[in-house]
Amino acid sequence: MRDLLSIRGAIALGLLIIITLGLVFATADIPFGDPKSNVGTYYLENGRRETGAANLVTSVVASYRALDTLGEVAVLFIAATGLSAILAAGTKRIDRKLEEASLVLATGCRLFFPLILLFGVYLFLHGHLTPGGGFQGGAVIGSAFLLIYLGCRRRKVSNTKTDTIESMSGLSFVLIGLIGLMIGGSFFLSNFLPKGEFYSLFSAGILPLLYIAIGLKVGSEFAGIIDNMMEET
Amino acid sequence: MIILATVIVVFMLGAAIGIFFFKDLMNAVVASSLVSLMTTVLFFLLQAPDVAMAEAAIGVALVTGIFVIAIRRTERYEK
Repeated sequence: MRDLLSIRGAIALGLLIIITLGLVFATADIPFGDPKSNVGTYYLENGRRETGAANLVTSVVASYRALDTLGEVAVLFIAATGLSAILAAGTKRIDRKLEEASLVLATGCRLFFPLILLFGVYLFLHGHLTPGGGFQGGAVIGSAFLLIYLGCRRRKVSNTKTDTIESMSGLSFVLIGLIGLMIGGSFFLSNFLPKGEFYSLFSAGILPLLYIAIGLKVGSEFAGIIDNMMEET
Repeated sequence: MIILATVIVVFMLGAAIGIFFFKDLMNAVVASSLVSLMTTVLFFLLQAPDVAMAEAAIGVALVTGIFVIAIRRTERYEK
């Protein structure tokens, strides 16, 4: 409360009010849920037929906008690398005694870790059929590793293994794109595999392969981030 | 559906304003996690299950975990 009355607080509050009013007036004229762009209408009408994926979001994320997805994965990679570089620079490893987790947390960790991992794999494996996908599955896998670090502190995730999985999956993403460029068509990440039967697991060409690569990459990246942060606590 | 969405938005606003006033940063982290949880339900109500899943995994679990780790390494109470 005291901060609010100071000059700094007053300036911050004033800025906040200006930004809020600006956002309200800027978005007041846009009707909610009204399709405005031709691109969106095109995706809705032709997405399923052209990509063979039952989940329309997947057909946009991993097929029409796959290059953007590659950029997103690269951003996450750079963030993880920067974090590990900052945390590793100049700090000495302090080997404090590990606190033992309570019985509830330790048991819950042992029971739920495989289930959460399985759910994450299911999410990115079925990304082209049901809601979910590479990023969601990878994030769920990352939260499973968070549970490991909270509950079973004695277990250690191998740093070299997560790094290997991360770089191999990133490499395979680019390789699939380059193969598509060579034999599929005239652009990067073009769908060169057969579309297959609608609603079956082996359908939609390269989309499941891309999602497996993204899921493994995001999952191992999050595991690496959590490992880096927990190391010195 | 409108009533449910309104209740969720009111909860979100309350939690978000609470973050501003909590002196104990652990409370603030839990409140921010509550905002993410409510956002997840809201995304699901607006028929965006893909986004809801990403928000649930990243906003509720990972961000909260990383904040808690960061608070453990620094200070818990705001001066």
